[in-house]
Amino acid sequence: MIIDVIGLIFIVIGFAFDVFGCLGLVRLPDVYNRLQAATKCVTLGTCSILFGTFLVVGFIAAGMKCLLCMIFLLLTSPVAAHAIARGAHRSGVKLWEGSVVDKYAEDKEGEA
Amino acid sequence: MKSKMILFALGFVAWLLLNWPPDWQHSLTGIFIAAFVAYMTGDLFIQRPHVLKHPKRYWYFVMHYIPVFLWECLKANIDVAYRVIHPDLPIKPGIVKVKTTLQTDTALTFLANSITLTPGTLSVDIDRDNGILYVHWIDVRAKDIDKATAQIVERFEGILRKVFE
Repeated sequence: MIIDVIGLIFIVIGFAFDVFGCLGLVRLPDVYNRLQAATKCVTLGTCSILFGTFLVVGFIAAGMKCLLCMIFLLLTSPVAAHAIARGAHRSGVKLWEGSVVDKYAEDKEGEA
Repeated sequence: MKSKMILFALGFVAWLLLNWPPDWQHSLTGIFIAAFVAYMTGDLFIQRPHVLKHPKRYWYFVMHYIPVFLWECLKANIDVAYRVIHPDLPIKPGIVKVKTTLQTDTALTFLANSITLTPGTLSVDIDRDNGILYVHWIDVRAKDIDKATAQIVERFEGILRKVFE
């Protein structure tokens, strides 16, 4: 009974962070800032939803898959964000005009 | 060979969790599939198996790395949520350089992943030969390489060195 309530609290927190992440995807100016919001909020938000689901359903088939999905999500989502950011920079996507510094472009000028 | 056996064990455990609750038909299939995967890709999995023998590394990973990581992750989410719902959008983004002294692939991967999931930072590229990471920072507080290193990398570097190096 009490564990159901804790699980539901986790699910609600996860939903809230997912909503903030999607809001960031709309409001922030360029691809790198959007990736920040998408990666952080959506990773922890989705993990929180999965963990809440695990607490509610317990050690059955679905709960075990929730735990496994959490691990894979935590491992793969930062790697995907890193690959997208690097690919975007390499193919010439500019930073937002309010950005203060771009050391990466300074160092990579000769190579491209 | 050791790398293949470790991959076999991990793959089999993942298979069992996917097919929970276990029964003998699924387990038998899982043994064959895990053996095939380990045979094909096992050499790529772990370069230095002797690292896995030290129980102290697991202790540091569970008791030092995971709590720090979860706490930073939570702070990162609250930070991004605050920036997103603030009407003025208080961001000052930029890409800075930071230094790292870690050497092995696993440690660098975990460092880059940790940087991505901690407040305001996203790792963009890595230069292994010089030990330099390029990090996108949503709120640049220090353009200088040493100050940026102190603020971004040092939270994790010491712990990761004890775990993976």
